[in-house]
Amino acid sequence: MATARMSASPTKFHAPVPGTLPAPERELRRRFLEEAEVVPGGERISQCLQCGTCTGSCPVSYAMDISPRMVIALFRAGQIEEILRSRTIWICASCYMCTTRCPQSIKITDLLYALKRTAIDAGLYPEQFPVYLLSKNFVRIVNRFGRNQEMLLLLFYYLRRNPLGLLRLLPLGIQMIRKGRISLFPKKIKGVEAIRTILRASKSLELPREKQAVPYAEGMVGYRAVG
Amino acid sequence: MEYIYYPGCSLESAGKPYDESLRAVFRALDLGLRELEDWNCCGATMYMSVDEALSMAISARNLALAEQAGFRDLIAPCSACYTVLLKTNRFLRDSPELRAKVDHLLGEVGLKYGLGVNVRHPLDVLVNDVGTEAIASAAKRKLDGVAFAPYYGCQIVRPERGFDDSEFPSTMDRLFQRLGARAVYFPLKTRCCGGMLMTTFPDVCLQLVKDLLECAVENGAHCIITTCPLCQVNVESYQKRVNKKFGTAYQVPVMYFTQLLGHALGCSETELGLQRNLVPWKAPISALAA
Repeated sequence: MATARMSASPTKFHAPVPGTLPAPERELRRRFLEEAEVVPGGERISQCLQCGTCTGSCPVSYAMDISPRMVIALFRAGQIEEILRSRTIWICASCYMCTTRCPQSIKITDLLYALKRTAIDAGLYPEQFPVYLLSKNFVRIVNRFGRNQEMLLLLFYYLRRNPLGLLRLLPLGIQMIRKGRISLFPKKIKGVEAIRTILRASKSLELPREKQAVPYAEGMVGYRAVG
Repeated sequence: MEYIYYPGCSLESAGKPYDESLRAVFRALDLGLRELEDWNCCGATMYMSVDEALSMAISARNLALAEQAGFRDLIAPCSACYTVLLKTNRFLRDSPELRAKVDHLLGEVGLKYGLGVNVRHPLDVLVNDVGTEAIASAAKRKLDGVAFAPYYGCQIVRPERGFDDSEFPSTMDRLFQRLGARAVYFPLKTRCCGGMLMTTFPDVCLQLVKDLLECAVENGAHCIITTCPLCQVNVESYQKRVNKKFGTAYQVPVMYFTQLLGHALGCSETELGLQRNLVPWKAPISALAA
C-alpha cells in the first residue's frame, strides 16, 4: 500500500524549488530531529546501510505497513509524513532486537519513540488510535494514583475502544480476580503530589506548543533531502 | 547484604505470584529485601511515548529515593521497569541536556539524584552475587525430571548487553541445570511476547504467543519459566484464545523463575503463590524427593 503511494508521488511532484522540501514536511522534520536529539546516539540514523537487518529481526514486521528499514529510507527521502501516518511506529512492541543487531548501532527503537512523539505532537495519529488511547489512559492513571492500576487501565481502554471486547475478557477477568491477581481497589501513593508537581513543572520547561494539524501534502513530498 | 526492592505495578496485581515467590526466595536464602518506600510507576514504555524528560523524571524519582535511603543496588523484577530504570540511568549519564531538565524537575519536589544506584534484575543478583553453588547447597529439593523452556523475554537483556548475552542468555539455564532440571532447546528464549500488543493489536500478539508455545512444546518442555510479569500473563492466560484461534490444545504451565527456584529451596506452594497460576504445575515425583 505504502509502495503504491510512493510510486505515485513523483508524477504529482510540485515542489517549488528542486532539492527543498515542502513546508509541512520541513516542519515535521524539524520536530522529529528535535525529538531525536534527546536520544543519545540518535544522530547515527545517518549511518544506515539499508541492509534490512532490522526488518528481518523484527518479530512484528510482518504486520507493519512500512518496514523498519523503509522508515529510515523514507526519512532520508524527506517523507516523514508517510512514516507518521503508518501503523508501523505504533505496532513496535519495544523488544529492541533491531537495536541490538543493527551493524551501524542505530537506536531504531528509541527513534521510533521519537517518531511516536512527533506524531502525537503533530496530531497525525488516527482518531481513537489504540496505542495512543492506551498511553493516554495510562498517563492519566499514573498522574492520579502514582502507580498504574491494571484493571482501571483495561477498563477505560475497552470502554472507549471496544466495549464488546470487555465482555470477551470477562471470563478471564473473573478467573484472575478469583486467583487474587487483580487489585480491585486502586491504591494511591503518598508522593502523588510530587508526581503532579513534576508534571506541572515539566510543562513550564518548554514553550507551549500549539497542537496543530499539518495539512496532508499529497504529491508534495518525495524529493531527496540531506539526512 | 540488603537490597532495596522496587516491585513495580504489575507485581501488585497480575504478577502477584512473582512478588510472593521473590520474597520467599530471598527469605530462604537469608538475603535482605526492603521495599522502596512510596515508590511510583516507572513510566513504562507508554509514558515514554508521550514525553521523554517527564517520563525520565518520574522514573528517576524512584532512583533518587533509593539513593536517599542509602542503597546502591535496586532490584527491579519486572522487565519493563528494569529496562526503563536502566535506560533512565544511561540517558541521564549520556545526555547532559536531559540531566539538567530532570535535575530541575526533581529539585521541584526536593529530591536529588546523583546517579549512584545500580538497577539490577533479581536473576542477575541471585546468580552473580549469591552464586549457583551457594544456591545449590541451600536447596532442599532436587529438580530432576523438570524439562523447562527458559524464556527470558526481550527487555532484561536488551537494548544493552546487561548481565548476559542479548540473544542467547544462559543465566537461568545454568541456575536450574545446577539444581537438576533440564533446559530444552528453546531458540525463542529472547523473542518478544508482544507485551501490550495483546490489548492494542491482539491478532498480532496471539501469533507471537502461539510461536512461543509451539516452540516450547515441540522441544519437549513441560513448563515455561519466565522472568517477566507481562510475558507470564500473555503466555499463560491467553492460551485458551490461542487454542481457539489456531485450533491447538496447549495447556502449558508458565511459572516465574522464582517460583521454580523457591520450590527447589523448599518453600511451600502458598508461599510461592503457585495456587494463583491459571495452569497448574505438578512437580515431577523425583523433584519432590529431598
